[in-house]
Amino acid sequence: MKNNWWKGLAVVLLLYVAAAGLLMPVPRLAILNESIRNLYFHVPMWFGMTAVLTASVYYSVRYLRAPTPQLDILSHEAAKTGIYMGFVGLATGSIWAKYTWGAWWTNDPKLNGAAIAMLIYGAYLVLRSSFQDEQQRARVSAIYNIFAFAAAMPLFFILPRLTASLHPGAGGNPAFAKYDLDSNMRLVFYPAVIGWTLLGFWLAQLASRVAFLKQKVYDKQLA
Amino acid sequence: MKRGRVMRIVTLFIALLLPVLRAAAQTADQPEMADALRQSGKIYVVVAVIAVVLAGLLFFLISLDRKISRLEKEVRD
Repeated sequence: MKNNWWKGLAVVLLLYVAAAGLLMPVPRLAILNESIRNLYFHVPMWFGMTAVLTASVYYSVRYLRAPTPQLDILSHEAAKTGIYMGFVGLATGSIWAKYTWGAWWTNDPKLNGAAIAMLIYGAYLVLRSSFQDEQQRARVSAIYNIFAFAAAMPLFFILPRLTASLHPGAGGNPAFAKYDLDSNMRLVFYPAVIGWTLLGFWLAQLASRVAFLKQKVYDKQLA
Repeated sequence: MKRGRVMRIVTLFIALLLPVLRAAAQTADQPEMADALRQSGKIYVVVAVIAVVLAGLLFFLISLDRKISRLEKEVRD
């Protein structure tokens, strides 16, 4: 219980974000209107995804230094959670785009970069499922995971800034300059980022623990 | 003891939502916002529904967490 305080924090922050995200004052901007509140839900998905994928790479590196099945499970489940959050980020962004830019998808460098990065991570799952041997699977997917992270992060956060883009935080724009002026939004946005990120770690932890249990039961049956 | 802690969390939660009152004091000008919803007070219905859904999901997550803990204990023994 002592080690679970961060789960309580996640619950409080997410409930706060659900209420404050809809009720707190936001800047009155044309086109965006109330949809500016999506900032509290769409953007934290990407923050959470980045944090969980970073954890996944951390476990992959540790696996390659000193291989254990646990590290492989932790890295795999973290990567899966990150991929889930990334797809939720794409879906929510698509809805937001439809009602502000007028299309579900535009050939914007930020959008296409994110889509390519998600495909790179999709290949991680395909690669993993194509091995019979457990140790080979763990080793090769740990290596691929590091390369996937190194390829995906510039696609998400660096390349879109080098060209013109509609998306805030791309095309040379500092990410939140337009909204950051409003300190009311910060009161919700920062707790939202922390809350959703913690939820991502919580889900990854639960998935890993189920996988540990499965492995233990399997080992016992073999013994 | 336990009740005191719950009360403190509830108080903190309400305190965090205080700036909402300032939004109610603002008058409508320029681009349209959901003023009507807020005036009629019905936005709170939506907030309540979302809060219930989210609370339900989080409660499910907590109970799943507990079940896994129990299973872990059983497998260990």
